[in-house]
Amino acid sequence: MKQAQKEHTTKRYGMVIDLDKCTGCGSCMVACMSENNVPFKTDESNKLDSITWMQVYKLTNGKSYPNTEICYLPRPCQHCAGKHEGHSPCVSVCPATATDYSKETGIVSQIYTRCFGCRYCMGACPYHARYFNWWDPVWPEGMEKYLSPDVSPRMRGIVEKCSFCFHRYQLARNKVYLEGRKDLDEDEYQTACTQACPAGAIKFGDLYNPEHEVHRIAQPDMQHGGRPQNPHVFRLLERLGTNTKVYYMSERRWVRKAGDNYLPGEFENPGAVAGSH
Amino acid sequence: MDAALIPKGVKRCPMWQFLLALGVVGAVLAWGVYAMLLCWIKGLNQTNMNDYYGFALWIWADLAVIAVGGGAFFTGFLRYVIGKNELKNIINYAVLIGFICYSSALLILAIDVGQPLRNWFIFWHANIHSMLTEVAFCLSCYFGVLCIEYIPLILENRQIDKVPFFHNLSHNLHETMALFAATGAFLSFFHQGSLGGVAGVMFGRPFAFREHILVWPYTFFLFTWSAAAYGPCFTLLVTWITEKITRKKLVKDNVIELLAKISGWMILSYIIVKGIDTSYWANITAKSMGLSLHDFYGRNWFYGYWMLFTELVICGVVPAVILITSHGRKTAWLRVTAITLGVVGVCLNRWVMVLQIMATPVMTFDKFVLYYPSWQEVATTILPVAYGIILILISYRYLPIFPQEAELNPIDTNEPVSRETAIDADAGTDSTDTAADMAPA
Repeated sequence: MKQAQKEHTTKRYGMVIDLDKCTGCGSCMVACMSENNVPFKTDESNKLDSITWMQVYKLTNGKSYPNTEICYLPRPCQHCAGKHEGHSPCVSVCPATATDYSKETGIVSQIYTRCFGCRYCMGACPYHARYFNWWDPVWPEGMEKYLSPDVSPRMRGIVEKCSFCFHRYQLARNKVYLEGRKDLDEDEYQTACTQACPAGAIKFGDLYNPEHEVHRIAQPDMQHGGRPQNPHVFRLLERLGTNTKVYYMSERRWVRKAGDNYLPGEFENPGAVAGSH
Repeated sequence: MDAALIPKGVKRCPMWQFLLALGVVGAVLAWGVYAMLLCWIKGLNQTNMNDYYGFALWIWADLAVIAVGGGAFFTGFLRYVIGKNELKNIINYAVLIGFICYSSALLILAIDVGQPLRNWFIFWHANIHSMLTEVAFCLSCYFGVLCIEYIPLILENRQIDKVPFFHNLSHNLHETMALFAATGAFLSFFHQGSLGGVAGVMFGRPFAFREHILVWPYTFFLFTWSAAAYGPCFTLLVTWITEKITRKKLVKDNVIELLAKISGWMILSYIIVKGIDTSYWANITAKSMGLSLHDFYGRNWFYGYWMLFTELVICGVVPAVILITSHGRKTAWLRVTAITLGVVGVCLNRWVMVLQIMATPVMTFDKFVLYYPSWQEVATTILPVAYGIILILISYRYLPIFPQEAELNPIDTNEPVSRETAIDADAGTDSTDTAADMAPA
């Protein structure tokens, strides 16, 4: 009985991003920064030390005109579960338990007041989804009045990253509780980037819930680490065993191939690799 | 001026020379302290680290000093646990060098974290699954052991030793030193190993990731092995440099050659195992992730194959072959070349296991990023070197670091006794009454 209850209440929030719809407009990045009080510098030209929880990469197929193709790939934190639930690359290495994996939601959190800035998690993350606060956050005068009251700003010397807008989940849970309901509807908890995307390329929801769009698109095989069963869906660096919760979709083979590393001939021979395509 | 503090039966340079040396190195130290304060006050934006290089020069320096400081635990292990009695004549210096290396590592770590005032969180909120937690605990404990090993040496200063309490304390500490040496070896095994594990458990970084034995990746064992192999090289190198600067023979050749020989065999065995590990990693582990050796070494000139060759062959096979042959280790220039290559080799290994991991892209559309340190990083990395030199200067002048020094450098009693020379007539220049001799055989 307890097991059944646990299964009923446990979520695996995740995302599916349709790369064929993404135009690279950057709305998701802007919405994310605004929603989460992400600090910025006066000069943002050095991208190696600027904070972008949501980062849009530009991919090309490497061919010359007129066969050139472009793909924009938004990359939030992938919220890895690892080979066994909770063994994310970053969570397993943090010496001070300052980043944690929620078995209730599948979300990897960052505890800002506990992080002491060793940056081991950054080194362990292959997606570069973690950012260090090299400076104290400073907003232009007056702008601090427009900061979100639901998200604490971070101080210098600690690591931060995408939280799947966890504060929205908390607010939604509060609402549901006050209304005497037990469960969230799909649209009651959505991330800022999902709502900001003008092309509707980003879908967000519970991967466990067959009624949610992310489940219907990705068709995750939960018996095998959530591996997508939709042949057009893949996850970044699937072969590392990071077991991410951000799925990407594309009709284009070269885009799907760009999602992981393959030795010559491996991608063309799907049977040889327990991979993503 | 300070003749009363100088060990019996040995000669030291005039005070003005000593102070001049202290002043020069002290200026470098002050430069490092200034940079350190900048980092603490203004933050890590003073460095050239970035979100691709969360680990950089400092972590390399940390790993490198701990590796070369491994001479302390391994020499202690050989002396007290295995019973290589000859090594009593170099163990004091090995302990001093180890003490400097480990205190330097702790200092660098204190600068390296973004919130230094929260350093204690690593103990308070410890994640027992993290290799870094294991590092923190073992490193702190072993530094405590090194303090206990270094304290008796301080207590042997002529003036301190006159106080009966300190004399007896020192004697009793020596009596139990085998226990501390064994404890140190045990702790060192784990923290050297867990430093290797820091890289080896990163399964999101194929360049670093290694398969496991129980919970420990292969790098765990390789780091311990390499520290035991190359650490004595550093002890020998610093001893050689000290001899050149003081223009004295401080340790007899049989002691040097014994340690060099052991180091040589350790390096040889390490290189064989390291070669097997590299081969397995390149052909099995990396390929299972869709990557080949060329993806790691063939895409960037700086992190090219030359680095792998230098680490394994020039700084591995070559010093091993020199040191295991009698002719090699008895020929001074060959021996010094070998131990220098050994020190470079282990430092290069630590560089690769920190910096190249950060440099190598994992996502197919990511880029190879290079990094160069800021002057603040360089200054704070030189800071511990200056601190180490100062500690050696003071320790050498006032403490009986080298038990064989008086015997190897007899003072001509016909010469007028200078103020910096201390000859204890009634003790019969009994300069060998040192830590090493008082310790159990």
